[in-house]
Amino acid sequence: MALILEHIDIRVDDIAFLDDVSLTFKRGGLYTVLGRTLAGKTTLLRAIAGLQQPQKGTLTLNGKDYLHLPVWKRRVAMVYQQFINYPHLTVLANVAFPLRRAGVPAEEAKRRAMEVLDMVGLADFETRRPSALSGGQQQRVALARALVKRAEILLLDEPLVNLDYKLREQLREEFQNIFEGQDDAIVVYTTTEPAEAIQLGHELIIMDKGAVIQKGKPLAVFNAPATIRCAKIINDPPINIFDGAIENGAIQLQGSVLLPIPPHLAHLPQGTYCFGLRTSDLSLGGVIGSKVELSEISGSQTILHLSADIGAFILFEDGVSQHAIGSTVQVNLDSDRIYAFSPRGDLIAAPAITEN
Amino acid sequence: MKSLYLVLKYLAILLWSSFVALPFLWALTTSFKTSNGVTGGATYIPWLQYEPSLEGWKVLVRTGGQGINIVAPFISSAIVTLSASLISMVLGTLAAYGLSRFSYRLGFVKNSDITFFFIAQRIMPPIVLAIPFFLMLQFLGLLDTIPGLILVYVALLLPIATWVMVDFFNNVPPQIDEMALIDGCNPIGAFVRVILPNSLPGIMVGGLFCVMFGWNDFFFAFTLTFTKTQLLPVAVVALNSSVTPWWSLSASALVSVAPLVIIAFVVERFLSSGNMAGAIR
Repeated sequence: MALILEHIDIRVDDIAFLDDVSLTFKRGGLYTVLGRTLAGKTTLLRAIAGLQQPQKGTLTLNGKDYLHLPVWKRRVAMVYQQFINYPHLTVLANVAFPLRRAGVPAEEAKRRAMEVLDMVGLADFETRRPSALSGGQQQRVALARALVKRAEILLLDEPLVNLDYKLREQLREEFQNIFEGQDDAIVVYTTTEPAEAIQLGHELIIMDKGAVIQKGKPLAVFNAPATIRCAKIINDPPINIFDGAIENGAIQLQGSVLLPIPPHLAHLPQGTYCFGLRTSDLSLGGVIGSKVELSEISGSQTILHLSADIGAFILFEDGVSQHAIGSTVQVNLDSDRIYAFSPRGDLIAAPAITEN
Repeated sequence: MKSLYLVLKYLAILLWSSFVALPFLWALTTSFKTSNGVTGGATYIPWLQYEPSLEGWKVLVRTGGQGINIVAPFISSAIVTLSASLISMVLGTLAAYGLSRFSYRLGFVKNSDITFFFIAQRIMPPIVLAIPFFLMLQFLGLLDTIPGLILVYVALLLPIATWVMVDFFNNVPPQIDEMALIDGCNPIGAFVRVILPNSLPGIMVGGLFCVMFGWNDFFFAFTLTFTKTQLLPVAVVALNSSVTPWWSLSASALVSVAPLVIIAFVVERFLSSGNMAGAIR
């Protein structure tokens, strides 16, 4: 019982929106698709829903052709990143709409719609029009309309992106509970935020420029991104990459900066590499003099954009502190946390997984 | 400073309102006058300044020598205007939805060209169309008939209806259509159940334009009819013989304006109540 995409190509005016995408979605699975904007996430969902026809490839559900089934005959539900509801209908009628179209009697449709509205916390708003709701409530109505159908395939396209921070946190937690209950459905959830993808998904799919570049368990992908591109997408801010080499028993970075070789890189032969280090694995108080290009405060952390002989990089400092632009700070690199990539960008060695 | 602004604002509103309203007041008082009352200078207060009379109104429903009956032209005008507007809006709405949602291409002709082609028909002066219309109706044997006039007005109103509706549909997010498809509607169901109910304001505006144009048109009503069929604007002008009967002219003018005023009031309510808020954000 699975939805299988094979070699799906979608091009518009010679620009590849989906480039030879092959994926298998199993029933009961919660898949998060992580990628930056224009990575092809939305196009992937639209292709599954039937809103966009691929030029090439096959799409089957449970072994049967799904590609040529019209949208309204597919049992899919979708939540867009914009909150789309029917403005002429009340909240209750909005949620009951798909049921009524499926031939469910009015009374039962109403009852089931109320159940779902209760689940998304909108039980007292059923007589309102969507325009009389806040953004978060409108998105809940859209979510309720998607859930009420008990569709075989539930597609969510960055559903939290237009909400403010607090609502996003709150809905994300609720999503976890709601999705746990969708055992006989395939849930596909797209996002640009690594944290969201890792927190929600059972399976993670990373997309870039229309292609799937890695898939697997979220933490496994996080701990061992297959390429530099994957590593940059799954880390926010993107992982720092330094060009360098392993020579004479040390890691040599540009500007003659030497680091000891950590145990997990000990087996590597001499040669040139790209070294990756997460922003949280750099700290102040080392020996590498770096110039502050930009300093921003995010929550209780300070994000420093720095430049040094080893290249430009970003550092996460716990706590809020002021750094004048142009001033110099001393930086320490945690060599135990270094990833080694080949010059082409493929992962060669990753640090051991630390429990935390 | 603020009170001065308020005074100026209300003065401007008052000035504009009187521009709009006073001609109607003038027509209303004149319609109750006789030749004595009209020639005696500007007077406004009945019984005091002039002796009110219903003569001007009676002429409009009287047949024969001393009157011109505008009841039949009124009904003809209503039939022609409403039928033509209805047909135009039905066809125009469907055409506009197609033009707004689907891509058509015939050589170098694309959607925007087709839309422009529709409105381009309204760019040329109506007189250019008079002779072709006349010949076509003659060929069909529909000169001087109500169906013939309906056909002509559909040709004139359809571009307006299509144009208004294309613009309106372009502002209805296509995601709504997609959502309806995902929720189990086929394309026709999506149009009927979701797009049309949300397009009421647009349909009202388009309909108002059509009715206004159809009801007020004099030129085609005049050139394409002779004796059997007469539309209201032509009948009103026909009142004007060697002696201008200002009283019955005024009365007939009020009669011909009244339906539009009523329709405009009704439509205005629709416009302020319905919009696409809450559809998408």
